[in-house]
Amino acid sequence: MSGVLATLAAVVAQVGGQGIDTGAAASSGTAEFVVFVIVAPISLGAALSVILLKNAVHAALMLVVNFFTIAVLYAVLEAQFLAVVQVIVYAGAIMVLFLFMLMLLGVDRELAFRDRLRGQKAAAVLLGAVLLGALVVGVAGRYLGTESACTGAAVSGDGPPCAGLASVNEGEGGNVGGIGVLLFTEYVWPFEVTSVLLVIAALGAMVLGRKHEDESELVDTNRAERVAVPAGGEPAHQRELEASLPEEQ
Amino acid sequence: MAVPAGWYLGLAAALFVIGVVGVLIRRNLIVMFMCVELMLNSVNLTLVTFSRINGNLEGQVLSFFVMVVAAAEVTVGLALIVNLFRLKASIDADDVDALRA
Repeated sequence: MSGVLATLAAVVAQVGGQGIDTGAAASSGTAEFVVFVIVAPISLGAALSVILLKNAVHAALMLVVNFFTIAVLYAVLEAQFLAVVQVIVYAGAIMVLFLFMLMLLGVDRELAFRDRLRGQKAAAVLLGAVLLGALVVGVAGRYLGTESACTGAAVSGDGPPCAGLASVNEGEGGNVGGIGVLLFTEYVWPFEVTSVLLVIAALGAMVLGRKHEDESELVDTNRAERVAVPAGGEPAHQRELEASLPEEQ
Repeated sequence: MAVPAGWYLGLAAALFVIGVVGVLIRRNLIVMFMCVELMLNSVNLTLVTFSRINGNLEGQVLSFFVMVVAAAEVTVGLALIVNLFRLKASIDADDVDALRA
């Protein structure tokens, strides 16, 4: 955790330096290299910990570390607005929700190991390796040469160059202003649709989270009894089923 | 020493694959959900990197929309998991087999 804080401080220093003297810091690229070399292994390690740690609370905390490292990478990638939003929305709101759910449900204990599909883990790792190879070759492959670095220097090589955002972020009130102009002119319709989506999500969470006075309107818990429902005996069985339901938790 | 844009794309690909493998091998519903968040974040990282490669902000705007959708998804998904926990007293994905033949 202290390593993450140190890299955050380094990035703040680097971004601050770019704000003051854009040309020198952006053209060297050394600070970016140092930050990437430090942050990328932390990000990968935290992501691996999320899927390998048995305790779900520990996994959630590792996911917070991963979100912070991605925020650092956003700052390096000249997306200052998204870096801040990443910290506020993901590391703040969403992870608090996750941890709140884990604490509320009290499910931080390890689940019993029952592998229903034999060889599922090996197959998953194998397919993951294939997918990784396909993504690295197909998406990242063209941009792996040094001529694709966003240094702002003249490129020499046949790979695709990186345009960089220095000129874009300097006009129209900086990064935040540029995104705001795009959101409220060209993308105003998708923006309004997402507001409707958020209202629907809030309504859906309220509907799903309300207390059910009549538990039988939910799916019943006891599959054996549900399978054993006789065709004609619905009312009597319904009373029996309600009696057999567990107490309100 | 400069960082080619492909390194960011490779890191995002690795994070995405970790998320996919996590969804496949973990049985805890909340951990599976966290792996979905991991995948969404890696795609966001790819979008921001391509935004820088192309020199315009539209990738960042799309990344912003992905964040909004992820927030909505978490809200509804966690409510569903809480309901499921009320029914089954478990968040093991293998216990959700009501449709099993």
